Formats: sequence, C-alpha cells, structure tokens
Amino acid sequence: MNCLGRGLRAVATALRERRSGLAPCAFDTVALDTYVGEVGGLDDYRVRGELAAYDCRNNRLAQLTLEQDGFAEAVGRARDEYGARRIGVFLGTSTSGMLETELAYRRRDPKTGALPADFRYAETQNAFSLADFVQRSLRLGGPSFVVSSACSSTAKVFGNAARMVAAGIVDAAVVGGADTLCLTTLYGFHSLGLVSSAPCRPFDTARDGISIGEGAGFALLERAPGSPAAGTIMLLGVGESCDAYHMSAPHPEGAGAKLAMQRALQSAGLTPPDIDYINLHGTATRSNDASEDKAVVDVFGARTPCSSTKGWTGHLLGAAGITEAIISILAMENDLLPGSLQTKELDPALRCNYQLENREQRLARVLSNSFGFGGSNCSLVLQRAA
Amino acid sequence: MMRLFVEGIGVLGPGLNGWHADRTVLAERKPYVSAPTVLAPSEMLPPPERRRTGVPVKLALAVGREAFANAERDASATATVFASSGGDADNVHQICEALASPQREVSPTRFHNSVHNAAAGYWSIASRSQEPSTSLACFDASFAAGMLETAVQITVEGRPVALIAYDQPYPEPLGAARHIGANFGVAMVLVPQRTPRAFAAVEVQLVAAEATPSSMADPGLEALRAGTPAARSLPLLGALARGDTGFVVVEYVGGNHLRLAVAPC
Repeated sequence: MNCLGRGLRAVATALRERRSGLAPCAFDTVALDTYVGEVGGLDDYRVRGELAAYDCRNNRLAQLTLEQDGFAEAVGRARDEYGARRIGVFLGTSTSGMLETELAYRRRDPKTGALPADFRYAETQNAFSLADFVQRSLRLGGPSFVVSSACSSTAKVFGNAARMVAAGIVDAAVVGGADTLCLTTLYGFHSLGLVSSAPCRPFDTARDGISIGEGAGFALLERAPGSPAAGTIMLLGVGESCDAYHMSAPHPEGAGAKLAMQRALQSAGLTPPDIDYINLHGTATRSNDASEDKAVVDVFGARTPCSSTKGWTGHLLGAAGITEAIISILAMENDLLPGSLQTKELDPALRCNYQLENREQRLARVLSNSFGFGGSNCSLVLQRAA
Repeated sequence: MMRLFVEGIGVLGPGLNGWHADRTVLAERKPYVSAPTVLAPSEMLPPPERRRTGVPVKLALAVGREAFANAERDASATATVFASSGGDADNVHQICEALASPQREVSPTRFHNSVHNAAAGYWSIASRSQEPSTSLACFDASFAAGMLETAVQITVEGRPVALIAYDQPYPEPLGAARHIGANFGVAMVLVPQRTPRAFAAVEVQLVAAEATPSSMADPGLEALRAGTPAARSLPLLGALARGDTGFVVVEYVGGNHLRLAVAPC
C-alpha cells in the first residue's frame, strides 16, 4: 500500500496507466514547497481492538496493508502448516512511529516539560514497535526483530529471513515493513538540500532531489520447493555491502552499490546477462543517480534495461525495498517493464540503458536496488518460475 | 544448535572500562563500583566525522575497536551486526524539540545521525569495511536478537561476524517514557571455527518457551543488566570471564529465549 492505492491491483494499474501518486505536500502542518506520496485516510483510521495501544500512523498503515490481497489469510495457512513458532517476522522501518513523539513534543506540560500521559513510547516510537505489532496481529510466536538501516531496511530483511530459513531456525518468514510520513524526514531531508520542489525526476538532466512518500508492503517467504510451479516468485539472491565512505553521500564511483549487485548475482549463481530488468534505487538526487549509474554500467554494461519507479511513489525510505521488490514482482507477473515517470530529458551524462516508456515484455529475472544513509546497500534478485 | 567461537570481546559501561581492564569484575570476583561511563571520540575516525558523533557511535566504536584488537582480526574484512533498542537518544530529543519550535530547523548532521544504523555507518568508515552490516532493534531483547542474527550469519555464511550492541539513556522528557539505565556497549568477534585466538565456544539455541533469564549476583551489575538492553549480555560476559562450562539464558520475544551454552576451548 502506498500513494498509488490499496493492494497489488491498484499498484499494477497505476504502473500500467502511468499515473503518479505524488501531490503537493499537505501533510500535518508541514510548510515545505515539495511533493509527497501520502496515503489517504490514515488520519481517521485506528489500530483495532486489543492492539489499540499500538495505534500510530506507521502501525495503521501496517494493519491496512496486512488486510490487502489475502495476505493475513496466507499467513494463517502457513501458521496452520508450520506452527506459529516456526514463522519469523523480520521487518524494516526507518522512523517507525516517530510522528507520535513529534506530536507529543507539541503537547509538553508548560510547567514540567513532561510529555502527555497518553504518549506510549514502546508501542509507537520504538523501532521494534512495527515487528511487535505485526507479530501479535498475525498471532505468530517465532523469532522477530526490526532492521533499521534507513532506505535499505526492507530490502535487507529478505536476507535476514533467507538466512533464518537456511539455518533451520524457521520454516517461513514475514518480511517487508512500513515507513510513514513524519516531520523528522521531511524537514531533515530538506535541511540537507535533497528535496525537490517538483515531483522527483529520476535520471533527468534537471533532477534536483527526492519526493518523500510513505508505504508498506509484506511478503511471506517459504523454503523453495524442489520444482516450483510455474509462476512461483523466487528470491534467488541477496547482496549486501557498506560504502565505508560518508554518512549521507553515496560513494562517487558507486563502489558499495557495485559490490551489492555483484554479491546478489553471485549468491543467485547468475551473470549480468541473466537479468532482464533492474529496478534502480533512482532517488533523483544529482549524486545518487550518478553514483548508481556508474555502478550499474560497471556491472552490467549499458545493455540491461533499467528504471526507477520513484516518479510514481516518491521515495518510501524504509519501505522502498519491499515496495520496489513488489513492483518488480508485478512487472514480471504482468509482462510490464515500467519506464520512468516524471523524467522528461534523460541526463546524457548517465550511461545505463534507462527506460522512459513502459514496454510490454516478458521478464523472468529482475534485480532491485536499495541504498541508504550510512552507506548501507542491498540488491535483491527475484525470479518468476517458468 | 549453532556453534561459534569467541575471539575477542570489548566492553564499556558505568564502572566498566574494557574486557581486560575489568574481566575480574565481570567474573564477579572483584567488587563492582559504578561510575559514569568514560566516553571519548574515536581516533578511528577522520577528524570531520569524529566531531559529529554522539554517544552511541562513541560506545560502538570503542567496544568494536577493543574486541578486534583482542581478537587480532582485520575489521575491514569482517561483517557486522549492530543491535540497539533506540540508537541515539540525545539526537531524537534534539530533533523533536526543534520540530516543536516555530522555526523547525533540523541540523543536517543531526538528521543523518538520527538513522538507527548511524553506528554501523561510522564503523564502516572507521574500519574501512565494505562487508555486509545489519542494524537491528528489538526493544529490551535487542542483544538477544543481535546474538541470534550473528549466530545465523556465521552458521549460514561460514565466516566471522562481529556483534556490537549499545544503548544510551534518553534525556527528559523521553526518559520518563522509556527508561534505559546507562551508557553501555559490548562487542564480540565471533568465528565459525576454532582459531588460535579463540578462547571459548558458545552454542546458541533458540528455545520456544519462556524461561527466567540468568542474572548477576552483584546488585549493581544486576540493575545494569535489567535496565539496559545491551547489558543483557552481562551474564554471558560473566560466564566467559570466569571460563565457566555451563549455560546462560537470555530472554527474547514472542515467548522465546536464547540458551547460550559456553565452554572454554
């Protein structure tokens, strides 16, 4: 779920119709000249019943997303098959329920400075709140934690889950996560001069920053069967690396990004020609796109078709990894190679095979990139079984 | 059952100034005397980065550096797992105060330090490591989650991993909503096979049942363990410091716990 709508069908339709979810920012009391990918209806929605203590924007979006596409039911079937303790919950978020704390700081006691009595830290602001909430909501009892490494968070959890299955700790795992709008990220990225005043234009000559969005997505991972049925989506490889360069700027030559892609291919046992499409991180800042372009060209040459889908959704930060993994899956299931949205003039200095228009094309294997602050990089290789 | 070997440990906390300096205190063979945690900017970082780091980064880099020095292992070639309940607590408070003010001016440095993986980012710069790094959060069970993830990585990938866990108390008013006892950090360099530097084996088992966690005999150390997520490592550190053969129990989430069987090697 994100600004394109609720559920897989809504997202696939928006991709096909080339309809962006970005709109001028009207979030909370934010006075910034920017576009955001806001999910409508969250202000009036509430987390239900016995988990009401977890009510916050991030968990509201998580709950709504669990209810889409029969996901909670699929987890229920897995729970019946494997047992609640044999299913892990490994989720990513960047800011969790930080908005609750930001709002609580506006309501401090004028005399003592205390936060309001109704503020609940553990169930909202704390990063683990998301996995705690989802684990309880799905009635699971296996291992769980939150991975929080900025914009790579929900890509990296695929690696955590795959290792847990490989080690025999669990038989299945819920992965993904949620990240929702808050003032920390809106004003924080603004302070770094990384936010565009227009809808973000990945790989455009005139690109000038990101558009921030919010979203959530979940996937249920199980051990691969010996001979998967046609159409089965498989996680073939995960590649992780660190830039070891700077906290908020990417390595200018894309060294860390390159390592992540190479490691993903290596763990999948594939070579660059095996990849039919690359869903780029493509945030639309000048330096991010230039760095990723160099890395992609170094690994793949200028042949493999690639694009960023952030012109549709904006940058979902901690939820970018799962959202773009799901978009990659939708691309394979719908024979749709998504071209870039919002990009008008492709930057001639960038050399990868960047696609501006949607193409109908059979895609068997896709690589998806997610890179974050702290130089945290992750690439996923996904396949649709023939 | 996942078997790991311990090559090096680093620890920093109130009255605890290193694995070698205070091993007998951790073993509870010498009295524990609490004192404010001694924090210093890390010499591992280049000066511009050094000036920008908060307490969690200082903690993580100090204990990481000590653990790798004790292990005599190359940090630039080693994967890492970072575990913390809430990361940089001062920073969160400062940002929320700024956002509640009319100007809403957030410092760019404060913002990039607000990510939960700030310690991992600075560590990678300091150690020049491009190896994979995971930054986890699991509230009071963050150390247990980090230990489980570390054991799984070592078992599946068959390579060394350093676990670095740290926590910092929140200032008021957040401190009233989330109590964390002290600035505390611990690092362990763990490897899949016995090496000349390895001094203990740890068998990590996820047990699907509630169990009473192991505790410390000394009231001061026990208060530190109970009040600080990263200090939930203290019973393990104690067993390793004494050279025990036995096991410690660390509570996890979802009604599970970790059983860590230790033995000298």
